[in-house]
Amino acid sequence: MIQGNIDSFETMGLVDGPGVRFVVFLQGCPIRCAYCHNPEMWNANLSKIKMTPAELVAKVLRFKTYYKNDGGITVSGGEPLMQAEFVKEVFKLCKQNNIHTCLDTSGQGDNYEELLDFCDLVILDVKELDKDKYLNLVGKDITKFTKFLNVCQKKNKKMWLRQVIVPNFNDSEESILKLKMFAKKLKNIEKIELLPYHTMAKEKYKKLGIKYRLENTPEMDKQRCQQLEKLLKD
Amino acid sequence: MEKQKFEQWKGFKGDKWKESIDVSDFILSNFKEYRGDDKFLCGATEKTKKVWAKCNTLLKKESKLGLLDVELTTISGINTFAPGYIDKKNEVVVGLQTDQPLKRIVNLYGGLRTAEKALAAYGRELDPEIRRHFVEYRKTHNDGVFDVYTPEIRKARSAGLLTGLPDAYGRGRIIGDYRRVALYGIDVLIEEKKYDKETIQVRDEESIRLREEVSEQIRALGQIKEMAASYGFDISKPAQNSREAVQWLYFGYLASVKENNGAAMSLGRTATFLDIYFERDFKNGTLTEEEAQELVDQFVIKLRLVRHLRTPDYDEIFAGDPTWVTESIGGMVDDKKSLVTKNSFRYLQTLINLDASPEPNLTVLYSEKLPLNFRKFCAKISILTDSIQYEGDDVMRPLYGNDYAIACCVSAMKVGKQMQFFGARCNLAKSLLYSLNGGVDENSGVQVVDGISKNTEEVLSFDKVWKNYQKTLEKVAKTYVEAMNIIHYMHDKYAYEKGQMALLDTNVERLMAFGAAGFSVVADSLSAIKYAKVKPVRDERGIIVDFEVEGDFPKFGNDDDRVDQIGVDVVQFFFGCLKKQKTYRNAIHTLSLLTITSNVMYGKKTGSTPDGRKAGVAFAPGANPMHERDCSGALASLNSVAKIPYGCCCQDGISNTFSIVPDALGHSEGSRVSNLVDILDGYFVQDAQHLNVNVLNRELLIDAMNHPWKYPNLTIRVSGYAVNFNRLSKAHQKEVIARTFHCKK
Repeated sequence: MIQGNIDSFETMGLVDGPGVRFVVFLQGCPIRCAYCHNPEMWNANLSKIKMTPAELVAKVLRFKTYYKNDGGITVSGGEPLMQAEFVKEVFKLCKQNNIHTCLDTSGQGDNYEELLDFCDLVILDVKELDKDKYLNLVGKDITKFTKFLNVCQKKNKKMWLRQVIVPNFNDSEESILKLKMFAKKLKNIEKIELLPYHTMAKEKYKKLGIKYRLENTPEMDKQRCQQLEKLLKD
Repeated sequence: MEKQKFEQWKGFKGDKWKESIDVSDFILSNFKEYRGDDKFLCGATEKTKKVWAKCNTLLKKESKLGLLDVELTTISGINTFAPGYIDKKNEVVVGLQTDQPLKRIVNLYGGLRTAEKALAAYGRELDPEIRRHFVEYRKTHNDGVFDVYTPEIRKARSAGLLTGLPDAYGRGRIIGDYRRVALYGIDVLIEEKKYDKETIQVRDEESIRLREEVSEQIRALGQIKEMAASYGFDISKPAQNSREAVQWLYFGYLASVKENNGAAMSLGRTATFLDIYFERDFKNGTLTEEEAQELVDQFVIKLRLVRHLRTPDYDEIFAGDPTWVTESIGGMVDDKKSLVTKNSFRYLQTLINLDASPEPNLTVLYSEKLPLNFRKFCAKISILTDSIQYEGDDVMRPLYGNDYAIACCVSAMKVGKQMQFFGARCNLAKSLLYSLNGGVDENSGVQVVDGISKNTEEVLSFDKVWKNYQKTLEKVAKTYVEAMNIIHYMHDKYAYEKGQMALLDTNVERLMAFGAAGFSVVADSLSAIKYAKVKPVRDERGIIVDFEVEGDFPKFGNDDDRVDQIGVDVVQFFFGCLKKQKTYRNAIHTLSLLTITSNVMYGKKTGSTPDGRKAGVAFAPGANPMHERDCSGALASLNSVAKIPYGCCCQDGISNTFSIVPDALGHSEGSRVSNLVDILDGYFVQDAQHLNVNVLNRELLIDAMNHPWKYPNLTIRVSGYAVNFNRLSKAHQKEVIARTFHCKK
């Protein structure tokens, strides 16, 4: 039986999808975003917790009383699409148990068509729209992201879009309006969330001995971020 | 009683409550469930603002001094003080404990030494004439207890095995049914008690005692009437409108806090009862919503001013000057209909109109079946004020019916029909160390428990430890029950709460509430012994003073049955030991996992434990997992606590305190509210009993510790009650900061 390579769980995820969610953080990520706050999950060969889909879902079911109408499981990471086969099995089992499934992804992956059939909601991290800026920020070409988005659109997947807002990088009104225009052309977009960049991960980088690329960038002001979010509304 | 007819009852439905004292029937026959939202609520009126402003000035002064004033020439009693006011022309509800707001009462019936110690701490001295009375002419509860205490009990007390026992002050945890004063008036209550007395045949000691007690109760009712008259109210007849109903009810409660200084002097379940009067007056056009809120706000102001004189030792156990004026709100009638009324909302609204506050201890009797609008409102107020606690109606209602209330933190009892013999708690973690050290205290080297063999193993083996622990618990339970029997015998004899007992049924059912501290320390310790390698470290006396733990082990608070079940086994076994011992007045044994803030003191007095906790480190409060060991997220932590059985075991309550940072609860206010509702629903539907909810950042608390003046009203839930953070000692503040704060990744 296939096993998942898991970094950790959050049994009370309240900000990664609707309602109360069991969040699974999968190990391994193909991209290297400058602001990444989970660098400990980059290495796909590092093994922390190994679990079969059935074992994981048994755990998820322990929290069913909290999910109520809209809660459920969110698979995040790392990049969950790196373990697409495992995620597909997990989602399939969840759907058999009537649990809402959500994928939190950058879209940087392959072989996700089947997985998406068992996925109720996709939270897609729109890192950056400009392909050169994207490459610079993420360290990978934007092509796979665009392809993933197209597949989701074709499959009529419900989606939330997300973007981390970094001061002096993408916190201008112009940048937000560009995102808004981009979203307008898409269908089934239920929500757009702007996440203010924070520097809490700096310590992790130090411990892991990885250079932190945004050393001199200040935290994003939360209130300013909320103001920007208002631009997306009307 | 014969069927009564009063013009004051015009418009009220039902008959049963007119034929006998039956407040519950009155409520069920007349209350109007409210399923709407909070939009109808009003702010504080000008009058309320003026009264509250005066109080705030006094409260600030008190917080600087620790104590504003004490009455030294008169001692506790229902009608021993002249009437007092805050701002007479603006007060719509009147009555203070003494003639001045925040002036504390000296109560000597519980114990002279304790009162003198408390006075000395504030540089005051007892009037020599009064002192002489209690030295030469009469005995106190404390004197009686110490005449009878056995050497075993004394040793257990001083070692910190049994602590917080109410043997030197009032036991509290009795809830008078104060609603009876409003519904029936004092005269009917006196008639009923007279009737009861005549039916008690003199047969044995118990019946003689009861006849004397009922006579005392009748006397007390007369005193309540006189006390009310001193404020210009005749409460001999039922209340005829909302203002009178609030006032009459409050006089009943006021009498209890004039007469007694119990740790917890709880109010009961009054919101929906009063709502019936409010609704009748709305219908008659004699009351507006502003006026209704004004009555509630001003009633709550009075409750916030209740004070008792405490010693520094007491403050160490119950930090922050709590009074546990617990009010139970909401709950269900049955599986379909709730007892939520507009007045349930008004009580919670006081936290907005008068700012956050630890008292009264607002307790929502929670069920996922409560109207969604009410659950949302509770969550909203929790997020804003951190002042509400939640208790599972679905587990309590089957045991206590639909007219029960919480005394203190988590202790349920039927209003007017049950009372509690409060019994503080016993240290389960220390008991475990005794089972290893042959009953010798790890700190003092004193033999505290006899007849226990010493563990001599290199590496502790679970079976051996568990067997000896069981033996130790048997012995500890015996000593504990003996102590409780003595305490409550003497309390009845020397410090009988006649005013409160007058508002309970004559044949009241008694619950004897035992408690246990160190629950998660013991569960983790036994898990470590079972799943890791634990080597005891012995000192030159041969006493185990530390442990070396090799390898990992399952820890309580991660929804892991391997350790959670060990915890359950321990409490079930201990409760079984308690039940084997006969109780005073055939009280029903109950058990709680609740420490209040004594977890800090218990930790201080307990040596290193096999779970790796070092000597002196605070225990987790109540049934909480140890700090930062619940690392699988908050819901795993909640699930572990929800496994502890309530009905057949910990029927006196299972306290759980939970802190979450606002950003982790949701991105917007709306999602925070609905997420909190989902968490509460999901927790209580698993038959959990209690949850304190704090929505705050650790950084905020650290800032408040260093700059208290910036946060004058910062209220947080600690363990079964809320406190003003600034009034905690540094040690307590540090313990609260060290707790697990559930935040996002």
